[in-house]
Amino acid sequence: MMVLTPEDITAIGLSLKVALTATALSLPLGFAVAWLIVFTSFRGKVLLEVLINLPLTLPPVVIGFFLLLLLGKHGWIGRLLNASGIPIIFTWKAAVIASATVGFPLLVRSIRLGMESIDRQLIEASRSLGAHWYDTLLTIILPLSLRGVMAGSLLMFARSLGEFGATIIVAGNIPAITQTIPLAIYDYASSPSSTAMALSLCLVSVLISVTVLFLHELLSRKLDRERAQ
Amino acid sequence: MKLHIDIEKKLGAFSLQVKADVSGERTGIFGESGSGKSTLVHLLSGVMKPGVGEIRLDDEILFSSSRKINIPPEKRRIAIVFQQAMLFPHLSVKANLLYGYKRCRPEHRRIKPEALIELLKLQPLLPRGVENLSGGEKQRVALGRAILANPRLLLMDEPLSALDDQLRFQIIPYLRSVSEEFRIPYLFISHSLTEMQLMAERIVELRNGHCIDETTPEELARKKMAQSPGGYLNLIRLADPANCNGLFAYRWGQNTLLISAGQPQGESLFELSSREIILFKKHPEAISARNLLECRVTEMFDSEGRVGVVLSVQGEKLVAEIVRSAALELDITPGSTLFAAIKASSFRRLG
Repeated sequence: MMVLTPEDITAIGLSLKVALTATALSLPLGFAVAWLIVFTSFRGKVLLEVLINLPLTLPPVVIGFFLLLLLGKHGWIGRLLNASGIPIIFTWKAAVIASATVGFPLLVRSIRLGMESIDRQLIEASRSLGAHWYDTLLTIILPLSLRGVMAGSLLMFARSLGEFGATIIVAGNIPAITQTIPLAIYDYASSPSSTAMALSLCLVSVLISVTVLFLHELLSRKLDRERAQ
Repeated sequence: MKLHIDIEKKLGAFSLQVKADVSGERTGIFGESGSGKSTLVHLLSGVMKPGVGEIRLDDEILFSSSRKINIPPEKRRIAIVFQQAMLFPHLSVKANLLYGYKRCRPEHRRIKPEALIELLKLQPLLPRGVENLSGGEKQRVALGRAILANPRLLLMDEPLSALDDQLRFQIIPYLRSVSEEFRIPYLFISHSLTEMQLMAERIVELRNGHCIDETTPEELARKKMAQSPGGYLNLIRLADPANCNGLFAYRWGQNTLLISAGQPQGESLFELSSREIILFKKHPEAISARNLLECRVTEMFDSEGRVGVVLSVQGEKLVAEIVRSAALELDITPGSTLFAAIKASSFRRLG
């Protein structure tokens, strides 16, 4: 039987909020970065690619630690934010930044794949028909890479839901404030009497994941159908 | 239309160095694959930047390395018809057609969608998506889309190569009629001599990234006679045949041609290889070939050891190909009278 305490429900809500915010904030930037990588050439492009992909290979805890250094009281960004009265560390915003950093490479990768599958001649056609580069970006590149954008967003959303290592370091594990599902499960798992509670939250995790995957399938089918008309 | 091209572009090991002055409404760019035709298209359209040089269209400089001018593609008003139609897959036929038109400044909108849709017979296709159109329909839509952008110049980059023979020659009349009707000059890029003969007045020949010749379709066909697999291809347009013992009997000027691969009604375009014509000095009494035409030699030309014999058949022109020794043995000279024998099956119907 599912047993969910009010704290668990807050954790679920917080997880969804963090994952959604992280994905929504990363999306425009991820799209822009993917566009830069696929369609432009500039000096330092390889460096940019390495930097973006770094979080994929680094342990999340390491990322969390770097973020802590950066956003903490004495960090470059932390100092600025503190001065303007915006605390980040140990708030849900820190969890958003942690999730965004860890999930960003997945997002960019998917959008890139989508963009790389666009025939370059379609872009040439659009430009020669009078479209400015930003017009081509909105009317050709965006709709034709929509599948990649969608896959990337869902992947990133799912990755954010599962984010643990970086989050626990920059946001801590404060119930009702920064405790997301994985952190709550971690708490339950460390006390033997709470197995049932941990299991309930695990089930919720599975449920959310399955829903996300279903949503992905449904949306891509819809896209296919529209294309085939 | 006057186009001045004097550009250089290096792409890895390949280097393109084209210097040409093109004028006239219907120009062909001829070259084998790898000769730099497509690179030239990219450079003219503006999606690729030449290394150094200058491109001028009429009096406007599109690119000049010395003056640091590089007009972006959307401002050049040069539309492209690609080998694959390259229709936008997420848009309907109508939205594809209007893509360039909507982006064209109102004062440049000379060609109206209705007139073009009518001419290209696109009305029934309008609401459809582009994925389930046939190859020929796609290419018609692509052509319409390019024309509706009201370009100053149309680049046709091997627009027929992806189509089968039958379709190819169904599309050609559209290509020609559209550019004539709306007076849009074009560059027709292709590696096919037949297409060049049908589409171009003047031809720039490219090889290994260099412009090696500026010529006419006729001169090019003569020059390529010896090396091209079909020899010189005589293109003959014939219409409305009578039936003659199972063959199609077409009027060709004052002559009659018997052809096996005709079609009962309408106009057809036939291709006859110069190698399929056998020449006789005297009238052969009995012969299995169904066409025996008395003709006069008007001109002879040389193509790498082969001799091209230009014949006048009651005012109609035909080019036959013979080896030099045959020309000597039969003592063929301009002015001689000969008999040309052509089998009914030698005529290939193109469309």
